[in-house]
Amino acid sequence: MIDAHARAAQVARASYGQLVAMLATRSGDIAAAEEVLSDALLAALEHWPTSGIPDNPEAWLMTTAKNRATDRFRRNRRSPVITVEELPDVEDDALQHDQVVDGPIPDHRLALMFVCAHPAIDASVHTPLMLQTVLGYEAADIARSFLVSPAALAQRLVRAKRKIKDTRIAFEIPLRAEMAARLAGVQEAIYGAFSLDWLHEPDTRDMSFEALFLARLLAELLPSEAEVLGLAALISFAHARRDARLAHGVYVPLQDQDITRWDHAMIKSGDGYLRQASACKVLGRFQLEAAIQQAHMKGVASGTLDWKAVLFLTEGLCRLWPTLGAEVSRAAAIAEVAGPEAGLNELHKISTTTMFQPLEATRAHLLAKLGRNAEALEAYDRAISLTVEPATRIWLEQKRIDVAASLP
Amino acid sequence: MRYTFLLYSNPADFANLTEEDWAREKEVYGAYIGALNAAGVFVATDWLQPVETATTLTMENGQRRVQDGPFAATRETLGGYFVIEVPSLDAALAWAEKCPAAQYGKIEIRASAMGAG
Repeated sequence: MIDAHARAAQVARASYGQLVAMLATRSGDIAAAEEVLSDALLAALEHWPTSGIPDNPEAWLMTTAKNRATDRFRRNRRSPVITVEELPDVEDDALQHDQVVDGPIPDHRLALMFVCAHPAIDASVHTPLMLQTVLGYEAADIARSFLVSPAALAQRLVRAKRKIKDTRIAFEIPLRAEMAARLAGVQEAIYGAFSLDWLHEPDTRDMSFEALFLARLLAELLPSEAEVLGLAALISFAHARRDARLAHGVYVPLQDQDITRWDHAMIKSGDGYLRQASACKVLGRFQLEAAIQQAHMKGVASGTLDWKAVLFLTEGLCRLWPTLGAEVSRAAAIAEVAGPEAGLNELHKISTTTMFQPLEATRAHLLAKLGRNAEALEAYDRAISLTVEPATRIWLEQKRIDVAASLP
Repeated sequence: MRYTFLLYSNPADFANLTEEDWAREKEVYGAYIGALNAAGVFVATDWLQPVETATTLTMENGQRRVQDGPFAATRETLGGYFVIEVPSLDAALAWAEKCPAAQYGKIEIRASAMGAG
């Protein structure tokens, strides 16, 4: 017998965002949608174990939630305050309402994602709002994975939802003229879910699965947007190496990873996204970053890394979407192609207002390669002081010990 | 160099918290303190009672004056602090960025005027 509780939980997870999006589209009221949906889920947990799981569980939930919303609306018109005693026994009469939802639920999640990452909503709330409304995560769980204050985050989410409702931020797909800018916001929010988790402790909830889910969903909903596919590829590649990136709590750089611990099916799916993206003939940052990762991984897997190809890609990234990180990657690629001395020269040319961890770490590795150990130690010290992730810190400390041991 | 992070937040964010809510706050801050400790940079921290409970004292003009309330009334108030020992402001900034109060509040970073500890 299928466990009805487990089935309800499964349906909830699979279609939570779809149901929230559907319920909130007209009213713009996400909080109310979440509330009636959670009522419906409770009703399901009560009903399904005895009456059996309906053929179309999503439609059942939708019908129950909609009726619950109608009940609330009627009640609210009579008196603005509802007491618990006033609430009808919805579990029993929900299915007797005439308005029964049948067939597949239309997917409004794309509109919901655009609302979550709307420019009028504080950018620091975009990612948590998306994780909550599309995937049904509690604020406290999101706060725990990203190590932000749960109380402050919960307040921000409440305020954001109120603003969406009160200012009537529309649940719609942006017009062509606005599309690129609005889409960039959605992509940043998804990428945020992937990169915000920094402690990598086994007991903290890791949101990278959720980022992958959102990136794939977006790619499924917008299959001809090159950068959407690029992001899905990038996250797939990074996710594929997830189990190999740490060994006994210490960071392992890509070229030293145990490739038997890579998820090769996930890499294939990333390759597919990237191929699909290149067919769109619109280059972008995520595609280039994904292509750089792909070249690295193919090189490590085959034993011959084509650094010239990597250099070519990083140069493209620096020219089109320059960031400090891209410039450091380019210098590192130059070091591989033309030697550590040339790489160091490139690093010297990068100007920063504050010290940048990847720059100091790369400088330290190159100085150590050249046997300039005293300078390498100083660079390692700087890099370590800037490193907050425990696994990366231990790795750099080990490198530093190796260099210190070779000093007289 | 010793650096102090002064954590400013909106008291409205922490109004009406339940025991369970506080436990969640402590869990997140505990993880951050754990990371600071693991890196060997942690010196001290404290979480302060709400600003309404502040008492301000001055001996200015030779007179002992005690005021019920904070020195300055602001929308965002001082809620706690961290003291860490790191070699540079850039390193202090790297840690402040990860503080659980940073995302939805402000962190003022001040270097110790007494030099390294």
